[in-house]
Amino acid sequence: MAAGFKTVEPLEYYRRFLKENCRPDGRELGEFRTTTVNIGSISTADGSALVKLGNTTVICGIKAEFAAPPTDAPDKGYVVPNVDLPPLCSSRFRSGPPGEEAQVASQFIADVIENSQIIQKEDLCISPGKLAWVLYCDLICLDYDGNILDACTFALLAALKNVQLPEVTISEETALAEVNLKKKSFLNIRTHPVATSFAVFDDTLLIVDPTGEEEHLATGTLTVVMDEEGKLCCLHKPGGSGLTGAKLQDCMSRAVTRHKEVKKLMDEVVKSMKPK
Amino acid sequence: MEGAMRSDAKVRGESGTESSPRGPGCSLRHFACEQNLLSRPDGSASFLQGDTSVLAGVYGPAEVKVSKEIFNKATLEVILRPKIGLPGVAEKSRERLIRNTCEAVVLGTLHPRTSITVVLQVISDAGSLLACCLNAACMALVDAGVPMRALFCGVTCALDSDGTLMLDPTAKQEKEARAVLTFALDSVERKLLMSTTKGLYSDAELQQCLAAAQAASQHVFRFYRESLQRRYSKS
Repeated sequence: MAAGFKTVEPLEYYRRFLKENCRPDGRELGEFRTTTVNIGSISTADGSALVKLGNTTVICGIKAEFAAPPTDAPDKGYVVPNVDLPPLCSSRFRSGPPGEEAQVASQFIADVIENSQIIQKEDLCISPGKLAWVLYCDLICLDYDGNILDACTFALLAALKNVQLPEVTISEETALAEVNLKKKSFLNIRTHPVATSFAVFDDTLLIVDPTGEEEHLATGTLTVVMDEEGKLCCLHKPGGSGLTGAKLQDCMSRAVTRHKEVKKLMDEVVKSMKPK
Repeated sequence: MEGAMRSDAKVRGESGTESSPRGPGCSLRHFACEQNLLSRPDGSASFLQGDTSVLAGVYGPAEVKVSKEIFNKATLEVILRPKIGLPGVAEKSRERLIRNTCEAVVLGTLHPRTSITVVLQVISDAGSLLACCLNAACMALVDAGVPMRALFCGVTCALDSDGTLMLDPTAKQEKEARAVLTFALDSVERKLLMSTTKGLYSDAELQQCLAAAQAASQHVFRFYRESLQRRYSKS
């Protein structure tokens, strides 16, 4: 009977739960789904991480290659993110060139990397003007159940913490790069940006970590990316119902608590990682 | 009939030299708007903010492809073309922002199974581009007669390294700023419809920028009202 009602009037069905301040999967309005992270699972990549936010699963693999630094910034390397939403993760994506959702997510991750200064691009330079590292960060969604931006940001952060780059020296005689695979070092991660996404319902109610169905029924979404000092790297609100300044404040405070939760999880994972 | 009504509502806007309560140096650049300048689209507008200029055209409500139709409301589409080069991922991201903002104000349920297309062409970019695009889109939607529940406007704020706020920054100011925040606000309650930011800033600075943007949006809405009044009083 409830399943029938859900199919015919999904919004009404949902509102019944919201009136009791909870959601169909039993969560509170401000509660996140269980987050699990697994790093270093892809041995062929220089760094990798798998993040599960409830059912939403995103895997990030990072490969480092050589490239010539850009001419207008000869002491900087590159970080190139790419988010892929294959038909595997949800029936609404078709195979072919990246759709709008994937492009928007890729641009969002590129903005987060740029704004939060998670890595100094100068650290990726080996020899100014001649050689620099380029980190290709590929994020692939394996299961789409809403809140893709949070999962991608966390996966990227975890994978970057896992990346080990070998030492490279430019030999004097041949002017070629010599890679010493035995000596590897971790990247210098300066900040830890954590994304918190909200969905707006009926122009007033804010719920945290929307699932796929909730995103579909929502009238707007909002993503806040915060680093550990409480500074905001990104406030991504792509349209949708209007929000007042006070509501934004509530979102900020929730984002601060979420940052602490994620940081704790990250630290546990990093501690448990055995050095190669 | 469209051809005869080519009279442009060429209105020179208030040059916005009033400074907001923040301090000196927070003023909007001179802005101007021209409507109904293209013959083919149902509505068109050109919006100028200082040296930044965007041309918008609106087609709709019109026929929609069966694959894209929504049974109970209009399908909104936004196409943003940069001044040079082919549209890339950044344009797609901006299109999504503008589209969702328009969807929040356009009364799509009055025209189910139709499509409303907003096409934006960047003529010149001298800072605050996204805000100019939003303003041009709003004026074009009004010119096309698309029913909306509110008007919206775009305002850009830039924060430089010592925390000074600048409204409607030029390209040079944007480059040197520590953070650039763009907001879309609605005309009824000045609520935040859309926001996109670049750079690092604190929560308090965000609230400050939002308040300044809300104050600045008053000028923009007053300008919309005056330009429309002048246009319709002639005919």
